[in-house]
Amino acid sequence: MQTVLFFIFASIAVAAAINMLIQKHPIHSALSLIVVMAMLSIFYVMLYAEFLAVVQVIVYAGAIMVLFVFVIMLLNPKEGEHRPRPNRFLLLGGVPLGLCLLIEMALLIKQSPLGEGEGGTRLVGTTEAVGRLLFTDYLLPFEFISVLILIAILGAVVLTKREL
Amino acid sequence: MVSLNYFLILAAILFSLGVIGFVMKRNLITMFMSIELMLNSVNLTFVAFSRHINSLSGQIFVFFVMVIAAAEAAVGLAIIVALYRNRESLSVDEVDRMKL
Repeated sequence: MQTVLFFIFASIAVAAAINMLIQKHPIHSALSLIVVMAMLSIFYVMLYAEFLAVVQVIVYAGAIMVLFVFVIMLLNPKEGEHRPRPNRFLLLGGVPLGLCLLIEMALLIKQSPLGEGEGGTRLVGTTEAVGRLLFTDYLLPFEFISVLILIAILGAVVLTKREL
Repeated sequence: MVSLNYFLILAAILFSLGVIGFVMKRNLITMFMSIELMLNSVNLTFVAFSRHINSLSGQIFVFFVMVIAAAEAAVGLAIIVALYRNRESLSVDEVDRMKL
């Protein structure tokens, strides 16, 4: 049952990712990417990472993608206007190379003995467990991350000023 | 139960789709969204491994990757907005010179 559900949500995620690449207007790509984020949140729940599932929806789908949609609406790019078309062969050469990358990764994953097996009692990523680990073992990266967010805020404010 | 391989292959598929999107698309914002797709596939790999080796460190790393992705999205979009104000174009073929 869980395998069937996994394949359903995985095919929706891959279809949304392909749709993100196919669409002409960036707003449709952004909406497809939101679908991918939601599917990934479902996978986090399936992997017993509940805190991350909620954070994924709140931060990624609810803040980062909303920021993308705001910027797309602000800049209002046209669909496929008259811009210099690069070499068609260069553009379409990206797909076979991407498929080569995928086949390489799939072969590496297949031949590794790690992949099989499930079962036994495992840790569940509750908020308490993740929070406890975050504030004891990973306290130093946590403090650095907060400084990094501050730097990002300052950078975003300075970069979008009209006159410095 | 879904074994680890399925999640890893799914993450590999999403990652290569992100790579294809980054290489192929000429719109700056869509290239940026392909980067976010790549980051998300790496997050899925982290969480799948964290479940498999029974350690929560993978989920902590996913937390940090999400924060870094948020900071990167904010600054990157600010750069795109500033670039659009100067060049009036979002195509990466037209903003390939540093000269104004």
